[in-house]
Amino acid sequence: MTTKAPTPVRRRRLAGAGVVIRRRLLVAVPVLAATSMGMFALGAASPIDPAQQYAGAAAFTTTEENLAQLRANWGVDDPLPVQYARWVGNLLRGDLGWSTSRHEPVTSVLAARAGWTLLLVGAALALVLVASVLLGTLAAYRRGGWFDRALRATAYAVQSMPVFWIGLAAIALFALTLGWLPAGGLTDLTATGTAPADVARHLVLPVTVLAISQAPWFVLFVRDAVAESLRDDHVLAARARGLPGRTVLFGHALRTALLPFLTLVGTHLPELVGGAVLVETVFSLPGLGAVTVQAALGADFPLLAATTLATTVVVLTANLATDLGYAAADPRVRLDD
Amino acid sequence: MVKPRSVRVSAVVGVALLAAVGCSSPVPSAGGTSGGGTVVVATAGEPDTLNPVLNFGPDGASLIFDGLVARDARNALTPALARELPQVSADGRTVTAKLREGVLFHDGSPLTAQDVVFTYQAVLDPKVDSTLRSDLDMLASVAAPDPATVVFTLKHPYAPFLQRLALGVVPAKAFAGQDVNKAEFNRRPIGTGPYRMTSWTPGDRLVLAANDRYWGGRPANPGVVVAFVADDNVRAQRMRAGEFDAAELPPKLAVGFDGPGGHRVQRVPTADYRGVMLPMGNPVLGDLAVRRALHAAVDRQAMVTGVLGGAGEPAFGPVPPSSEFAEASITGRPAADPAAATAILDAAGWTPGPDGIRARAGRKAAFTLMYPATDSLRKELALAVTADARKIGIAVNPQGLTWDAITPRMKTDALIMGYGTPYDPDFVSFKLFGSAFAGQGFFNPGSYRSATVDAALQAGRDNADPAARRAAYATFQRQLAADVPWVFLTYLQHTYVVRDTVVGVTPRVEPHEHDVANSLWWNVHTWTKTS
Repeated sequence: MTTKAPTPVRRRRLAGAGVVIRRRLLVAVPVLAATSMGMFALGAASPIDPAQQYAGAAAFTTTEENLAQLRANWGVDDPLPVQYARWVGNLLRGDLGWSTSRHEPVTSVLAARAGWTLLLVGAALALVLVASVLLGTLAAYRRGGWFDRALRATAYAVQSMPVFWIGLAAIALFALTLGWLPAGGLTDLTATGTAPADVARHLVLPVTVLAISQAPWFVLFVRDAVAESLRDDHVLAARARGLPGRTVLFGHALRTALLPFLTLVGTHLPELVGGAVLVETVFSLPGLGAVTVQAALGADFPLLAATTLATTVVVLTANLATDLGYAAADPRVRLDD
Repeated sequence: MVKPRSVRVSAVVGVALLAAVGCSSPVPSAGGTSGGGTVVVATAGEPDTLNPVLNFGPDGASLIFDGLVARDARNALTPALARELPQVSADGRTVTAKLREGVLFHDGSPLTAQDVVFTYQAVLDPKVDSTLRSDLDMLASVAAPDPATVVFTLKHPYAPFLQRLALGVVPAKAFAGQDVNKAEFNRRPIGTGPYRMTSWTPGDRLVLAANDRYWGGRPANPGVVVAFVADDNVRAQRMRAGEFDAAELPPKLAVGFDGPGGHRVQRVPTADYRGVMLPMGNPVLGDLAVRRALHAAVDRQAMVTGVLGGAGEPAFGPVPPSSEFAEASITGRPAADPAAATAILDAAGWTPGPDGIRARAGRKAAFTLMYPATDSLRKELALAVTADARKIGIAVNPQGLTWDAITPRMKTDALIMGYGTPYDPDFVSFKLFGSAFAGQGFFNPGSYRSATVDAALQAGRDNADPAARRAAYATFQRQLAADVPWVFLTYLQHTYVVRDTVVGVTPRVEPHEHDVANSLWWNVHTWTKTS
């Protein structure tokens, strides 16, 4: 690190990022190990018999001998440490195992479905961020005005509605009454592929519903934070210097308010993923949500462990990104101490 | 021990994996027909696999596959991949099937006896994770003396064996050198049936295209799409939005489609019954008078109307009225008969106490009735039984539990159970009421023992002669009605909503299991759409 660099300030802000990333990785390993061990311990405590779950309705006509043979084939009656060691061994060799509830390798399940969940969550998150920053800032600017009051009332109302209810209401209005958008599915049922335009048209409702269901927190937070910072000294000073209202609002007040907002995004990510599970069900989307529920009900630990680990990794990465973003945005935050 | 195929993906970089697979789309189908006369159906139940060996469509009508035999609109056996119905030897232990000539799999390869042998041997193989092994426990071996002949050797005579031959036949070649449990085939099946698979997006839909070389004649429509929509309300809304030609819906949601509006509701009879299993080990239920009083006290008609929304019929025994083996004398009043019930209890010495609950020799007429907590239908039936029993002075304590909590208590506590298959009375009843299976898991959990029933059930599977079988099952049903080890409540009806433009729908009596296979669309290859 040299002070003769052309952009010393920017450089210094992210100084120590490498150390932080290394430190976080060191923490991530025990976290992931603990998470996966917890998964297996829960699995051992679960009274659900994976063989009966696998058999489904046939469990009632299947002999105990037949079920025992299935369990023996999968090794699920082995002692817990043996099962865990086997799972970790396979994991290190890049093998996530075999999903008993889906009858395919866990990697195939993730490959076929994770993309759609990521697309849904990513698009909804982008929509939430843009909409909540815009709406929240506008409401704060005319605090107590009709727009502010209407927005707050709406936010509280939406916050109290279950996401599946919003989904069904949206289908009733936009798909059945108005006929503007499809009611569910990823593509038209008779489509022969996944054309981007077709998928996009089918994702409008689910993404919007997920975004709306998650928006209240963010909107209210931005509104309060901006309203607060509008009274800060530096904002008052900017005003006093005669800067135009828009510059003060977006350049000074919003900027200060955005910093804690980054943290909120990081901590709210798991909730967004949870909402996605429900939205996938309502709109019949082939994402990870439905299979995760099925895996939990079917005591399918390879799949459950994989989705849990993937979610843990996403959350840890989001936290790291938040911290780095914080350091980049706020000169007072230093990563190297 | 499981040895999954190793996939070279580092799990540590899980995020990279998730990002890399991003929005990979299924390969667009080649030659898939779209729009036009394609029939779109919707159901909640999605199969885990499309391999018949692993329990996809074991009773046939699986659209992609054919068995040696099939069933017609009255569920009577007809030859399919077998040229004629297979021949059973005089001792009942050898079954010989001659294969139809010129049948091709979807990949163009010809069907041979080796494929049939492979299919059944795979089911019997302990390394294969198949639950069908329990259904074929009478099968000793299967062989192919020549490319057009299959010979099944049974451990003991088994009269309804041909009913087990509706299982879809898979091509042996597709599994060469592969683990059947993990074969690519389970997702990309190749059969001989009226439709070949174009694509399957689990959780979304299964796209099937007409098999132009189908031995039974080219399907009347260019293809079928089966949409998988798990949520009932969502399925109803999408049906209303016009996305489906036919959809399975619960009775109460289907009602909204009756009347004008371009739809009709199909209520399809089933062999799927619900009843109360009364364990002999319970001190109150062990008394025949209590069991007979409960049998008379339940209001089956009210359950059909109130709980099932009219989509059902009263049940008095395990053999459905639609079966040729149904005994005519096994019937009763659809409504409750509390007078008869109280008379039985009075005669047996169960006298009402001050709180209205009967007692005998210091023991209260009370028992616990378990039901699986997640099954709302069984819950409502349990509550209805509780209310009916209270009217005759029997206190029932309904308890919603998970299966793992229910299983250890089945020897002493009553349970709402459901079973039923329309194909042969032996299939379920042999294990459910045979004393040899007393207390074995879900087989005869109440430990019902009757020498008459045992002999009748055994005669039913030993005798090939239809008249002798009918006599045996008549004895069985009468003895069951006398002993009342179960109070049978209702047979369910499966309800479907069908668009009026669809022609060719022929409902037939359905078993419990119905999803892609064996639903209202069992003969979808003859359906057409007028527009």
